[in-house]
Amino acid sequence: MIGSIRKLGRWGLGAFERLGRAHIFLYYILMGVPPVLLRFSLLVQQMLSVGVLSLLIIVVSGFFVGMVLGLQGYNTLVDFGAEQSLGVVVALSLVRELGPVVAGLLFAGRAGSALTAEIGLMKSTEQLSGMEMMAVDPIKRVIAPRFLAGFISLPILATIFTAVGIVGGYFVGVGLLGVDDGAFWSQMQAKVDFGEDIMNGVIKSIVFGFVVTWIAVFEGYDCVPTSEGVSRATTRTVVHSSLAILGLDFVLTALMFT
Amino acid sequence: MHNSKTVEILVGLFVALGIAALFMLAMKVSNLSTFSSEGGYVVTARFENIGGLKVRSPVTVAGVRVGRISDINFDNTTYEAVVSMSIEAGYNTLPTDTSASIFTAGLLGEQYVSLEPGGDEKYLQQGGEVRLTQSAIVLEQVIGQFLYSQAEGGDK
Repeated sequence: MIGSIRKLGRWGLGAFERLGRAHIFLYYILMGVPPVLLRFSLLVQQMLSVGVLSLLIIVVSGFFVGMVLGLQGYNTLVDFGAEQSLGVVVALSLVRELGPVVAGLLFAGRAGSALTAEIGLMKSTEQLSGMEMMAVDPIKRVIAPRFLAGFISLPILATIFTAVGIVGGYFVGVGLLGVDDGAFWSQMQAKVDFGEDIMNGVIKSIVFGFVVTWIAVFEGYDCVPTSEGVSRATTRTVVHSSLAILGLDFVLTALMFT
Repeated sequence: MHNSKTVEILVGLFVALGIAALFMLAMKVSNLSTFSSEGGYVVTARFENIGGLKVRSPVTVAGVRVGRISDINFDNTTYEAVVSMSIEAGYNTLPTDTSASIFTAGLLGEQYVSLEPGGDEKYLQQGGEVRLTQSAIVLEQVIGQFLYSQAEGGDK
């Protein structure tokens, strides 16, 4: 009895300790961000691996998500004779929810896990310690550029996801199912507000970008430096980022769209 | 893996693509291109019942959208709803005896304010008031009245 309570207590202390370490780590990363802006090539290199190389999966998934939305929306709306509103359905669901959330989940799987694995392997092969030996701060040289790249990339990727998704919905709705072209766009323009809907979606993706990259670089930096430790850290990155995205999405939605 | 020039070009394209996507969302998807809230003027109208009218609902003249509802308030003394409508600056020749009615787009559609221009030679200005109003038709009331009159008719 006492033993299991003690176990619970130890688990709780461990969890809070990690949370505290993550925040101290975040402070050091943010301190490391200004020097990265001076060494722009580091950032560009990371933007390539984190952002540009995630582009394909984002574009393809965005197109398919948009097409499915078009198909499902049409099947539901046609019962009410309201298939003209298909553009509104597709655009609002993508702009407000699916764009930031699905792009964030894909980003966590595609780029977040890669970041954790890369940093974790650097740690277990003692490259990070090696840098410290040479008086190079690994947080400034390795972590901060990756963090900043992820933070910048996800909003861009989410915006592209949304735009491609709307084109996908247009392709299915107007191209295949015969919804009126003019009604599709004009109803969309009448109902989607730039500040209220699109900017709130972008704000969501900025928050997700921050959290996902933070989790990814922290898990990598904090992993147990063995092959098993790196694999567990990578798994944790994907699980924790996905949960964080979905949980935060609920909170943000509740705050934004009342 | 790549030389730095290629990397920079790819990243530049990536950022440009993101900006293009945002631009498309702003211009093609949202109401930013069709609707500028600046430069309009606000007129108010009092209704006994506004039904399901909401802020940002459209205001139309002859079916053409000329503005939107900017504010809805309740007057504590007259028990009426005070609806503020922001009309685009281009449509500044609405006569002062214009009347306003609340209609529904389709059977289940959203509600909007329809303005019916009168014949006065003076035009509505900023802060003006539309005096002739017709309340929203509440479907439940109409059905209730219909059933009532049917029942009355049945007695004869």
